[in-house]
Amino acid sequence: MKLKLDKKDFKPFLQSLMDEYDLFAPVELAEGVSVFKMIDQPGEVHLTELLPQKPAKEFFFPQSEIMFRYEKIGKQKQMISEEEVKRERILLGAKPCDIEAISIIEKVFVGEEYTDVYFLEKRKKTTIIGLGCNHPLSTCFCSSTGGDPFLRAGSDLFFIDLDEAYFVELLTEKGMAFHKNKFFKEADSKDLTLVKELEEKAFEKIGYSIPVDGIEKRLDLMAESSFWDRVHEKCIGCRICTYLCPTCHCFDIVDEDEHPRGKRVRNWDSCLSPLYSLETSGHNPRPTCRERTRQRLMHKFNYFPKNFNQVACVGCGRCILYCPVHFDIRQAIIATSPKRPRRFVGKRI
Amino acid sequence: MIQQKIIEKAKELLLKKEVDLVIGFSEWTLPLRTTPIFIRTPEGADSLIWNSLCENNLATYLHKFSRFKVGIVVKGCDARSVTALSFEKRFKPDQVFLIGVPCQRMVDRRKVKRAVKGEILRATEQGDQIMVQGNNFETVLKRNDFLYPSCQVCTHRTPVQANILIGDPVEEVPLVEIHPDVKEFEKKSPSDRWRFFEKESSRCIRCYACREVCPMCYCPECFVDSSSPKWIERGLSPEDLQFYHIVRAYHQTGRCSGCGACERACPMEIRLTYLTQKLNQDVKELFGFESGIDGDALPPLSTYNIEDRQEFIK
Repeated sequence: MKLKLDKKDFKPFLQSLMDEYDLFAPVELAEGVSVFKMIDQPGEVHLTELLPQKPAKEFFFPQSEIMFRYEKIGKQKQMISEEEVKRERILLGAKPCDIEAISIIEKVFVGEEYTDVYFLEKRKKTTIIGLGCNHPLSTCFCSSTGGDPFLRAGSDLFFIDLDEAYFVELLTEKGMAFHKNKFFKEADSKDLTLVKELEEKAFEKIGYSIPVDGIEKRLDLMAESSFWDRVHEKCIGCRICTYLCPTCHCFDIVDEDEHPRGKRVRNWDSCLSPLYSLETSGHNPRPTCRERTRQRLMHKFNYFPKNFNQVACVGCGRCILYCPVHFDIRQAIIATSPKRPRRFVGKRI
Repeated sequence: MIQQKIIEKAKELLLKKEVDLVIGFSEWTLPLRTTPIFIRTPEGADSLIWNSLCENNLATYLHKFSRFKVGIVVKGCDARSVTALSFEKRFKPDQVFLIGVPCQRMVDRRKVKRAVKGEILRATEQGDQIMVQGNNFETVLKRNDFLYPSCQVCTHRTPVQANILIGDPVEEVPLVEIHPDVKEFEKKSPSDRWRFFEKESSRCIRCYACREVCPMCYCPECFVDSSSPKWIERGLSPEDLQFYHIVRAYHQTGRCSGCGACERACPMEIRLTYLTQKLNQDVKELFGFESGIDGDALPPLSTYNIEDRQEFIK
């Protein structure tokens, strides 16, 4: 069903969503810095061409999440589970890369062997309104990792910014529930042409290709390659690339104890931190940045494809944009390939 | 010219085997960025560059290469970090060869990005101008309008204690007397100061990039990572974020060179140098000390003097 939502109706539309759902969307925290947050006022919603710094994974897999609380009363120990998600939720304005990433981590959290109730509960109660990516950046490479700037998969509704209005597609049963929404109008053929033009333009922009195909096999032979001796050198071991990565999903579980009560908390963890693999004995099987960088790349492009038939990278480019020492994961991928395209863009300062 | 001289010096050091490697800057894939590069052969030195985007403090890599003889390209602030580290006995003085470059002050890439509409795909620097180009635009910007705050107040652009100086020393006059963020901060009432600090630190995602890029943060175990005793929780509660930010800043007292690397590294653009620069200012005012200038002077927190001011003891 092809519909549209006039921009002048956008705020009332958001308000109508908030009456029924908890609404989560990008919010600007400081100039140029945004994250997905629960919306209190429709005016807070900040949909821009740029991806929010923190990816949408945070919505299903928060950076810090209480699993349960405990309390000791006399000799009795009591465990109190955290409240379930009470209201249905809407995630609005996530780009296709972030949404694809959610389906990637879902493979881990909702697998055949294990089911993570915390993730699943939020996933089940969420309707996703995706937003087409009209202007991919030069750091984007989603088309090389199996995605594209207008990939609908994973979205229940899909919006495309037509400047004056949002083009609206209802894609799933959850999405179809909106077909009688009073703010949606029928789209006309002009809108359809505009959508096509926008898509073509975006595809053209992201036309270059990074040799991700076959990387799993190539890395099979590279566990002890001298490649790892150099590629890590500039890495300073911060956690930006893993925390801002929409597919990285490692966590650490700790008890925050305030005797006689406390809480068990799950926090994001990062393979680039020395602490990540430090054992109780004091031995660290990944003692330097070399092993940790190898782990990061191997997990994304070798172990994950082995387990789930898909690379754990959606080409969003955040790790390239925000790395303080300008590590470029595309160059690392290229370096594993015998077909080595030259660098993408020409002369620099 | 400066770039050519850096390349020649690096080649010479590597050829004569005076160092095992040279750490410098190179271009990489993004416009408005440079990247640290580690060079082991004289031919490799041709990749070295020098411009107003060499923003990283390379002294931080000296910890990683502590078993090597290292040639390192340093600006004024980076050289100060090396001197301060050498005072803290992180390495033997003859282990490091400082290729000092008088700094033209570094350009804030985020500020440049925000000055234009559309993505910058190409950037070139010519004298006092930066030309940026994107798909449908081309703009010329005045370099001095886009400098990092820490660079605007810098009075040690010429590296002191360098083994060789590439180019002539520059005039040590700051562009502004007081760090713009410190100035703003000092004007605030105590409660407004707290609110500002609270707001800035609330964006923290605990990636620790500010810690990792800092040459002076080299504790084998940072207080935030210690599990016994556990000083701080691992989550995002405001008190933990504030605790981390206060302690990180205070551990820099009398040690920080004011390079601003912490603030540049932060993906959430949390302002950090208003704290460290304020501390630097206080240390200078109270004890007449600036970190990394005189390699023999004792940092105020490493010594005591019976004449020390003590009116805070009531």
